Amino acid sequence: MARRSHVQTTINGETVEFLCEPRQSLLEVLRDELHLTGAKEGCNNGNCGACSVILDGRLVNSCLVLGVETEGKSVETIEGLAAPDKLHPIQDAFLENAALQCGICTPGFIMSAKALLEQNPNPTEHEVRYWLAGNLCRCTGYDKIVRAVLDAAAAE
Amino acid sequence: MLENKEHKVIGTRPIRHDGVDKVTGRALYGADFQAAGLLHGRVLRSPHAHARIISIDTSRAEALPGVKGIVTAKDIPDAGDKIADLGEGAVNLKYLCDNILASDKVLYKGHAVAAVAATNPHIAEEACTLIDVEYEVLPPVLEVRQAMEPDAPLLHEHIRTTSLGETAEEPSNVASHIQHKLGDPEKGFAAADIVVEREFITGTVHQGYIEPHNATAHYNADGQLTIWCSTQGAFTVREQVAEILQYPISKIKVVPMEIGGGFGGKISVYIKPVAALLAKKTGKPVKVLMNRSDVFEGTGPTPASFIRVKMGATKEGKITAAEAYLAFEAGAYPGSPVGPGAMCIFAPYNIEHVIIDGYDVVVNKPKTAPYRAPGAPNAAFGSETVVDEIAEKLGIDPLEIRLLNAAKEGDRRADGPVHPRIGCIETVEAAKAHPHYTAPNGKKHHGRGVASGYWFNIGLESSVTINVNSDGTINLIEGSTDIGGTRASIAMQAAEVLGISAESVNPSVVDTNSVGYTAVTGGSRTTYATGYAAYEAAQDVKRQMIARAAILWEVDEANVQFADGEFSSINGKEEQISFRDLCGRLGETGGPIVGSGTVNPGGAGGAYATHVVDVAVDEETGKVDILRYTAVQDAGKAIHPSYVEGQIQGGAVQGIGWALNEEYIYNDEGTMTNASFLDYRMPTCLDLPMIDAVIVEVPNPGHPYGVRGVGEVPIVPPMAAIANAIYDAIGIRMTELPMSPDRLLKAMGKI
Repeated sequence: MARRSHVQTTINGETVEFLCEPRQSLLEVLRDELHLTGAKEGCNNGNCGACSVILDGRLVNSCLVLGVETEGKSVETIEGLAAPDKLHPIQDAFLENAALQCGICTPGFIMSAKALLEQNPNPTEHEVRYWLAGNLCRCTGYDKIVRAVLDAAAAE
Repeated sequence: MLENKEHKVIGTRPIRHDGVDKVTGRALYGADFQAAGLLHGRVLRSPHAHARIISIDTSRAEALPGVKGIVTAKDIPDAGDKIADLGEGAVNLKYLCDNILASDKVLYKGHAVAAVAATNPHIAEEACTLIDVEYEVLPPVLEVRQAMEPDAPLLHEHIRTTSLGETAEEPSNVASHIQHKLGDPEKGFAAADIVVEREFITGTVHQGYIEPHNATAHYNADGQLTIWCSTQGAFTVREQVAEILQYPISKIKVVPMEIGGGFGGKISVYIKPVAALLAKKTGKPVKVLMNRSDVFEGTGPTPASFIRVKMGATKEGKITAAEAYLAFEAGAYPGSPVGPGAMCIFAPYNIEHVIIDGYDVVVNKPKTAPYRAPGAPNAAFGSETVVDEIAEKLGIDPLEIRLLNAAKEGDRRADGPVHPRIGCIETVEAAKAHPHYTAPNGKKHHGRGVASGYWFNIGLESSVTINVNSDGTINLIEGSTDIGGTRASIAMQAAEVLGISAESVNPSVVDTNSVGYTAVTGGSRTTYATGYAAYEAAQDVKRQMIARAAILWEVDEANVQFADGEFSSINGKEEQISFRDLCGRLGETGGPIVGSGTVNPGGAGGAYATHVVDVAVDEETGKVDILRYTAVQDAGKAIHPSYVEGQIQGGAVQGIGWALNEEYIYNDEGTMTNASFLDYRMPTCLDLPMIDAVIVEVPNPGHPYGVRGVGEVPIVPPMAAIANAIYDAIGIRMTELPMSPDRLLKAMGKI
């Protein structure tokens, strides 16, 4: 087994330390080492977006980032989005619009939508579709997801 | 049976009960399961599409530090000639076992050969590369018509075609031939003024759920086996694992975790028995996960098919006869959905003379698994394209010809059953009345197409228990995996009976030790059948509550009535108590109340859909864009309209993917060359417009609220509707799926 490295990073505003092998992806670290299982593995090669997280303000597929690369950086995951007593407006919009069926892609879509609205608070439908094209959903046909993101933008 | 009342809860759109867990990342799916001392399993898969296994040597892998156990087919008990009854039809147990871990032959690239448990997944993966398997490579057969040739390579030496009760003498890849016949087809075609006959080819496509298969298994020292997994049916996992491992069902507990999509593909077991074998060998809990290429190459896609459809009509547009030849690829073992395809193909029409022949054919591809209305989309691509061509040649509006011939209550389907009350006509009429159908669409290379579809839906067994809480809420215990909001649609039916809000119901999907037998979430049955069981369980609660009110008021039960959430006495005493208040007085009137409901309903009621689509064809690239899409469907009664719309939209989009892009692309050796999401290329949101879902409600007399299953039929019409739209745009009939840019360019004579 490869020697494990010590990494210190910030996850959802908290300082976190972990040990990981150089070959472990951020997704593996989040899920297997830190038990933050909200980021999902759908493909492990950046095709599906189910593992989307925000790294230093930038949307990434956590399966394409190595755990050791997060040293000194800041990671936002789905677990950090809601306040203790209040959902994030995007989360509310997903529930109100019934924008999820099985829900496996939902954390990734919500993180992706958050990154979009931070850059572009008033996107058009086409801009939403363009931005979310890296996230696959097989249940909904995307209609209600796109509406939820447009609603969240209008609500913010 | 139908309750004709105004509803308070049914038809509303409450927030789903599991919603907050799913938008916050808290919901636990199969791969999220953790346990102390957990080992990780990986499966070694065949690099060949067809080969004999000469030997398997695991010694180098066993020597790798961190490897704790390796299993092969030798670890599975000998299945002999047993036929396993899995509730959904008999299955040859040897096929089932051989698909889990190949014994003598591998029959497709990706066929599981061995599995390793190790202290981490990377070691398990590394160990797989150290297992030495010697193969005698055989020529593969990868296409249904080639597999049917007498000199084709044989997958199974022992398969003899069974045809209409006869068994052939020579071995063949054709496992079976079925036929349905109605009237006198020859006579019907003789009466036709126009006959159209065409051949169609459809590609192999995958369900494409985003969550790969997963399973964690553990054996206790007392022999109790527990399996945590994502599945469409915990009880069917229990049955299949019990059969494969020859282990009693009473010693197996299956815990259904949340599931990340299934569409029919998470009914068959693959790695669940493997995890159990590894757990037994190592004495530790073992988690086995598939990666994406494992999912594409090792789990059931839906079959490629060759279809010939011939239909005749009078010049007034009355269809006089129909004939279909359906040859479906079963994959490595018999059991394609050619049966359902044959049941559904002409079901939107009332045709006097029909003949349908279906062939189930093995090829060197993964064993096919159900995928949303299995078999019906392939069949409808053929029949709905031919109906369009007849309409066009006769100069009749394509929806008008459907109305002229539409199936209705009392008409007989070619395979026998007589239609109960159905909504075929109503969906066509709603499509015709929709503004989309009359909107201008005259631009060059733009076209509009329509198609209808049918799926019969199923009932099967469901069980629900309701525990009444003292604050007027109820805990609803069910066994149906929730893939798309069924906690809500089931809870709402119980709430309606008891006059409480949807939010006053706490639904839980529990393990196989904690609820009565419940069949799979599949066949569009969950809101129908488990909803029906919830209705019955709530009626049971209501009856018991009436008895408690009678005790409270010292009156006869017959003198207590329940309406609008209030119990009241009639004939004499003027007493009244709300459901909620009476819940607080259960202790003093006899103790807790538990209601139960079990069903196996026969009146599922078929579902119809009619879709309208506008496309633009790019003449230079051959790419087809979907400009506008309207999907009309009879839901019987939409319990939670948002999730009914969601099923319609999702099904339509899977159909769009099937129509335009998705297929398994094989090289000559039988290797799938596009086994990743990027290369398989399912629709993204950038490929699509909004999908206008239109719900028609023709109540199903087989359910107290009129519910029909809604999950499957929306994938039936899209392929033909899009093909018909492409014809409208460029005047070319596309008869091969997918209608990808290269095929369009070829059809247009550009390459």
